[in-house]
Amino acid sequence: MTATLQEYRDLFASLPDRAERIQTLIELAKQYKPAERPKPFDERQRVPGCESEVFVWGSQQGGHWTFEFAVENPQGMSAMAMAAVLQSSLDGASADEIRAIPDDVIYEFFGRELSMGKSMGLMGMVQMCKRISQS
Amino acid sequence: MSHVLETQSAAISVQRLVSTAWVAEHLNDPQIILVESNEDPLLYPSGHIPGAHEVDWTRDLNDPLRRDYLDRERFQALMQKLGATDDSLIVFYGDRSNWWAAYALWVFELFGHTRSCLMDGGRLLWAKEGRPMTTKVPQATPSQYVAKPRNDEAIRIFREDVLRRVDAGAKFIDVRSPQEFSGEKLHMEGYPNEGALRGGHIPGAKSIPWATATDPETGTFRATEELQAIYKDFQPDEDVVVYCRIGERSSHTWFALKYLLGYQNVRNYDGSWTEYGNLVGAPIEQGS
Repeated sequence: MTATLQEYRDLFASLPDRAERIQTLIELAKQYKPAERPKPFDERQRVPGCESEVFVWGSQQGGHWTFEFAVENPQGMSAMAMAAVLQSSLDGASADEIRAIPDDVIYEFFGRELSMGKSMGLMGMVQMCKRISQS
Repeated sequence: MSHVLETQSAAISVQRLVSTAWVAEHLNDPQIILVESNEDPLLYPSGHIPGAHEVDWTRDLNDPLRRDYLDRERFQALMQKLGATDDSLIVFYGDRSNWWAAYALWVFELFGHTRSCLMDGGRLLWAKEGRPMTTKVPQATPSQYVAKPRNDEAIRIFREDVLRRVDAGAKFIDVRSPQEFSGEKLHMEGYPNEGALRGGHIPGAKSIPWATATDPETGTFRATEELQAIYKDFQPDEDVVVYCRIGERSSHTWFALKYLLGYQNVRNYDGSWTEYGNLVGAPIEQGS
């Protein structure tokens, strides 16, 4: 796991109040920068199970990965927040660091009050980054 | 579009589907309570229709322990908090073409509060039209609302009845994706515990994905004639059961059938595939 991701985990651990956590996530969603890639996107880059229609691309140089995200649902705010977290915290990460991300890290950010579909979609974003970095 | 199925009650007539323009005209109507219900927990706090309250399905509508909905006491407390009376018209709207709003409306109806409707197009259409949004959370004056006992009979169905209907060759509408219906896709890859142990559909079910009933551009329901064509294999006087994975997408279809097309006996099987696909010995069909 990267130091930046750990910082996010520490930040959210310090926010036991749901309203504060939500506000922090909204601010993160505003920082999301969509991938600038031609459409239509390659379906192989689509996060399976994500209703917000998220696409992920990864590239690596010298074993250091960077990721780009596109959230096609204009109201997919949680997906945008998650994309912002992953984009910044996995910038320059190694495959081992990415593999070490726990799948359920999303609950540390969003809490347990997520629908099944939303959980699957957000976890799918983490899984997709892992899958790309292991390929 | 002509969705004019109305019911009469003591105060005003209730049209079950209202437009964004209608809501904009009634923002200050004291008989109307706007409720936003979303899947995405970040949406309401980031901005909502002025005066709208949030009803969160995980925190407000579900039993915190058992797989079931809230009981009468909690529903009564929720309605009192919203400032609702028997005459209040609850206007639901939300994300995903109102799929979650329809789910919330369906739960409210379990308690007999039928003075409710959906705002067609949901929050996406409201936002697209450039209508006002606010982050201010309204504080209603608590009411003395007395809730009726929850009655699951009319619009909800449980697994024993579903299995009896399978034996009798009854009709079901499966509103999941075609891949889920065929059994090709159980759930998201890598998360076997989030889905069901078996893939496929209830024998006799027809695949009509929930979003078929909506215009993908606006999120609004399709016109009556189009909906009639979509559900032509099911007659308004027939018993129809709708289901999906947990009963949320099928609430949207339940609403369309019951309130836009006037089907009298449509029930939502909220156990849906996460229950049925895990039942020992239950008959399953696969393929499209």
